[in-house]
Amino acid sequence: MKSEIRDVSDVRIIELSGKITIGSGDVKIRELVNAALEDGRSKILLDLGGVTTIDSSGIGEMVACYTTVTKRGGQLKLMRLSSKINDILHVTQLITVFDVLDSVQEGLAAFK
Amino acid sequence: MPEPSKLHAHLVLSSRFENIEIAERTLIDLCDRSGCNGDQRYWLVTALREAVANAIRHGNRQDPTRNVRIDYSFDDCVVTIRVEDDGEGFDPTTVPDPTDSANLLRPCGRGIFYMRQFMNQVRFGRAPGGGTAVEMVRRLQLETRSTSDEE
Repeated sequence: MKSEIRDVSDVRIIELSGKITIGSGDVKIRELVNAALEDGRSKILLDLGGVTTIDSSGIGEMVACYTTVTKRGGQLKLMRLSSKINDILHVTQLITVFDVLDSVQEGLAAFK
Repeated sequence: MPEPSKLHAHLVLSSRFENIEIAERTLIDLCDRSGCNGDQRYWLVTALREAVANAIRHGNRQDPTRNVRIDYSFDDCVVTIRVEDDGEGFDPTTVPDPTDSANLLRPCGRGIFYMRQFMNQVRFGRAPGGGTAVEMVRRLQLETRSTSDEE
């Protein structure tokens, strides 16, 4: 998995690409989200536009990150899901947990 | 060249997460040779990865001296994948429903759910050595490949 980070206003955008799977990508997400919180960024947008695969460990780590951020008073939202990752969020019913946005503009607006 | 109607492969892997990529690569090769299309291949791979990850993490407890054995069978339109570990076995009925509202925010416990969602049948049993054996079956809708796809 690869990642790129940028801050727009007070929102940390974490762009992810490749596989978010057990043993590598799942741990990386946790590190990136924890780093955002340590940097004082509590509004976090995970851009999954480049993610090809997410296994149950990757999904689980996203859920754990969501819980961590929410407990600290922050918000974590998802952006640009592929159709297959969208399918996975629906079958796991996590679509009812996460806010999902289609674009950066929509994502940034969702935090206001 | 006609589509191969029967394909089989067997892998024995040590219990390392990076070996999931080998299991995936083998399945993709079999899918390509059998004419299994992109979407079906994607969900087969997704289920396989969960089964192998469970065998490594929960069955063999990431002990690299313990093996994961994978049998792949493509028989006409039916794909059967069997994954065995060297662990102590487990009772799949004890795994809670991850879509229950009380479990939605649990960070784990979705692997078997993934398998059941993306395969037509998932059966658990005991491997000959006492570990867990999971057998997953999916019926395919095969595409006809053009001659330009043939090597």
